[in-house]
Amino acid sequence: MYLYPVQMVLVRRGIMKTETIAAVATALSASGISIIRISGKEAIAVADKIFMTKSKKHILCHAKSHTIHYGFIYKEEEPVDEVMVSVMKAPRSYTAEDTVEINCHGGVLITKRILELIVENGARLAEPGEFTKRAFLNGRIDLTRAEAVMDLIRSDSELALKSSFSQLQGSVSSAIRGLRKKILHEIAYIESALDDPEHISMEGYEEIISDIVTQVADEMKKLLRTAANGRMIREGIRTIILGKPNAGKSSLLNALSGEERAIVTDIAGTTRDIVEETVSIHDICLRIMDTAGIRSTDDIVEKIGVEKAVANSRDADLILYVADSSVAWDENDSYILSLIQDKKCLVLLNKTDLPSVLTEQMIREKTGWDIPVIAMSLKEGKGIDTLEEAVSDLFFEGQISFENEIYLTNVRHKEALQEALESMLLVHESISKHMPEDFYSIDLMNAYTALGRIIGEEVGEDLIDEIFSSFCMGK
Amino acid sequence: MAEIREKADVCIIGAGHAGCEAALACARLGLETVIFTVSVDSIALMPCNPNIGGSSKGHLVREVDALGGEMGKVIDRTFIQSKMLNQSKGPAVHSLRAQADKAEYTRCMRKVLENQDHLIVKQAEVCELLAEEYKEEAALYEKRITGVRIATGIVYECQAVVLCTGTYLNARCLCGESIVHTGPNGLQAASYLSASLQSLGIELRRFKTGTPARMDRRSLDFDQMEEQKGDERVIPFSFSTDPEEVQIEQVSCYLTYTNEKTHQIIRENLDRSPIYAGVIEGTGPRYCPSIEDKVVKFADKNRHQVFIEPEGLHTNEMYVGGMSSSLPEDVQLAMYRTVPGLEHCRIVRNAYAIEYDCINAIQLKNTLEFKKIKGLFSGGQLNGSSGYEEAAAQGLVAGVNAAMEIMGRDPLVMDRSESYIGVLIDDLVTKETMEPYRMMTSRAEYRLLLRQDNADLRLGKKGYEIGLLSQERYHKLCEKEKAIKDEVQRLKSVFAGASEKHQLFLERHGSARLRTGASLAELMCRPELSYEILKEIDPDRRPLPSDVTEQVEIEIKYEGYIERQTRQVQQYKKMEHKKIPETLDYYQIKNLRIEARQKLDAYRPVSLGQASRISGVSPSDISVLLIYLEHMGQQQ
Repeated sequence: MYLYPVQMVLVRRGIMKTETIAAVATALSASGISIIRISGKEAIAVADKIFMTKSKKHILCHAKSHTIHYGFIYKEEEPVDEVMVSVMKAPRSYTAEDTVEINCHGGVLITKRILELIVENGARLAEPGEFTKRAFLNGRIDLTRAEAVMDLIRSDSELALKSSFSQLQGSVSSAIRGLRKKILHEIAYIESALDDPEHISMEGYEEIISDIVTQVADEMKKLLRTAANGRMIREGIRTIILGKPNAGKSSLLNALSGEERAIVTDIAGTTRDIVEETVSIHDICLRIMDTAGIRSTDDIVEKIGVEKAVANSRDADLILYVADSSVAWDENDSYILSLIQDKKCLVLLNKTDLPSVLTEQMIREKTGWDIPVIAMSLKEGKGIDTLEEAVSDLFFEGQISFENEIYLTNVRHKEALQEALESMLLVHESISKHMPEDFYSIDLMNAYTALGRIIGEEVGEDLIDEIFSSFCMGK
Repeated sequence: MAEIREKADVCIIGAGHAGCEAALACARLGLETVIFTVSVDSIALMPCNPNIGGSSKGHLVREVDALGGEMGKVIDRTFIQSKMLNQSKGPAVHSLRAQADKAEYTRCMRKVLENQDHLIVKQAEVCELLAEEYKEEAALYEKRITGVRIATGIVYECQAVVLCTGTYLNARCLCGESIVHTGPNGLQAASYLSASLQSLGIELRRFKTGTPARMDRRSLDFDQMEEQKGDERVIPFSFSTDPEEVQIEQVSCYLTYTNEKTHQIIRENLDRSPIYAGVIEGTGPRYCPSIEDKVVKFADKNRHQVFIEPEGLHTNEMYVGGMSSSLPEDVQLAMYRTVPGLEHCRIVRNAYAIEYDCINAIQLKNTLEFKKIKGLFSGGQLNGSSGYEEAAAQGLVAGVNAAMEIMGRDPLVMDRSESYIGVLIDDLVTKETMEPYRMMTSRAEYRLLLRQDNADLRLGKKGYEIGLLSQERYHKLCEKEKAIKDEVQRLKSVFAGASEKHQLFLERHGSARLRTGASLAELMCRPELSYEILKEIDPDRRPLPSDVTEQVEIEIKYEGYIERQTRQVQQYKKMEHKKIPETLDYYQIKNLRIEARQKLDAYRPVSLGQASRISGVSPSDISVLLIYLEHMGQQQ
């Protein structure tokens, strides 16, 4: 039928949009299992679309409450992951709604892919604290906990806001802003012509807008592709290696990543910029940054590297401080100490194969707090196991966590961008069907609003402002 | 001297477009009503442009009519040219605009007022509002209105007052170096009421607007201008007007343009403009800039349109649309005379800017009653809006709600998904407007649903329930609604098979052949086909009135888009239905950010939806508020 694409989108994201929500319910755990929770009327239907048993059957729609099922998540014909899926029907679930939990093999990429599949099939991403909010609204949580729920929403959303800012400095946000500006200008043009048809003519506009829509949609597609490559979405525990020059930081990164990524030499100050690597320790994803050694230096290039190292350590979730046991404590060590204050940190006392000048005891005295110190010799491959154990312990104890808020924010960005793109395609549809211009501006506005969510800007008076500043109207 | 005390139920202050609607609504609902005006000869005056309607404003007039207001009926009787704007665009932005015979419009509305039962027209300046302390508990009210005092000392005791003072409060008119303290058109300004409002704790602000010159028709050369005629088939504003009655002989308007020479004169004399010289303090509207503003802000445009419009059939005055100005009259004359066709123009009335007191409408509830003063309502330009239609719409709502309060009935509140009036009032009371507010279709999020063609279907029931729409008119409306529904249903169920006859029919209209059958509704969705064209293959069709088939066509052709907006409305309604108690203590809610607490406390939104539109209140504040309200609800 003529309006088919509009209705298709409706089915895809219209009705179910607010009803059914999904999110990763767990921080990435050391066991490597992530749980994705879906809640709402369509939860079971959504899960059923992407889950099949080993014998390739869709069974979830007929599953009884409180049952668990073994099978695979599929993206079209391709298996994505081997999973266990539990089904809990309303009201016997945390949110008191139909709930499905998918236990998958952790790992950021797999979890993200499954969550995206769920979103593509009709759920939307949960707002911060939304499961708890629903649980409360459905009477599952005691009244006295209302305050706590509100705190949760407050802190979650602030964190999400913070993380979306930290993620979106630079090219992505300026690209989004650029697209918004273009779209807004076109809406303003259409609207001013509608409001003042005798002053502003729309002759020949169909071709102009068609080109602009194509161009904007192409840029959106490009952005979405970078998101899929993981350049826009980077997740994992932000880990930073700090230490004086030649303490063995790069050797540590190489030992952990199992490849010669950073250049290792005997010359102090070899790593001048930041080398980044994603490393998996006991299935925990670490995004490790190797930095320039910290020392006061006159070399400009090296100096920039040091400054970057310092800046990055502020945002880090975990710091690995590599100390050289063969060299005496100096003011550079003291400086590093000031950087790791109040941070989750492991001290790695390297080069235990050489005569010892700096000891564990001395470091503990210097730091003044109970900091884990691990003796290692990277040259002889000693202590790596202990380090891996220690990192996974921190995880088990919940002392460091995967920043899933940032992760969520990112999938949210992608969802918003996808929505904006779909709106642009609807504009195209309207143009090719020769719909009147006022129909364009409805979908252009939706695209503008969706992009606004990525950079945290809502639609206020900006349209009206654009109309009056760009187009001369009036009696 | 013995004090004279008169008694009434409602006093309306001002008899412009807002005041007239307010007074008629109250009187028609049976309340004893007095309407005050500084000049009975100037009832429903149009001191600026000689039009009613226009983009989105036409929607307002239709809505006023659907609710039982008067504006649409009066313009149908007094127009001299009419056009449906945006006809080449979608149905949502079609908009009626009519040229009015200004004097006739005034005369006609005056006659309606003077012959309305329960309504007294009184020429007097109201100088003071009388109020007492409000003592009942659990409300925001601090005062209650008890009456008004006019300049001659007479007191009118009443239960409600509707302020419709337009641009008259402390008004002054500016034309170059000349400043006169009058209202529009040299009428007496209201110089005492502002102080009375302030003493009641009402916060005032200052806005400005302007109007172009009027010229003597005999001094203009129309051969140098483009003639602009009205529509061949005129569509009336009012749903109650018989379309045959409005097929009159129409007059023309004329189009001409400014040029570089005009702009040069303006630029050379900018220092003599009160705005550019800094004499004007008020904030002016960006949508209706003076010609000085246009030349300065859009310096790259080498010409601007000028519309020459007749002010009536019995006058030679012509309105010069597009060239409002506050430059001195000698400069005005020089600049006007550079425009083709105006070379020998004589100015009857010079252009001027007007400055006036108005209120910040966030002091009002969405019923247009002051939050802190029971019985005091406000409508029209005083609320910071501009335009006759915006004024009439608010006047109607303020008048109805004054009556509803006195009668102890539920107020008339429309939300953003129900009407442009709802959008207008919500914007005024929720967003702090920094300039005179004009309605625009882009302000209505759900405009596909808020069309001018379906205003009666949207609002007729409300008008009937209020008591302003007659039983007869409502009955007709219900029949129309049913006829539309039945016909849509029928078209969806009648199938056209892929017979040779149908294929030939489609071919003839440049439409793709059918592979299997399709319903007539599906065929109607094809851009090249219409209800009218399909008649040929629809043998069972019964003749239906054109207002019914128009709705049928729109509903079917734009079904996908309409459905989408309907869903958006459902989302929106959820938040609108979550009510917030009037006296909620926001400072008790610790999880709200301080800024949100202050804003919410100042605005006192009625629903979570309204709260979410206040600038400075974030989505997470709304979540917090939602939980807090649910918590309160469960405790009770």
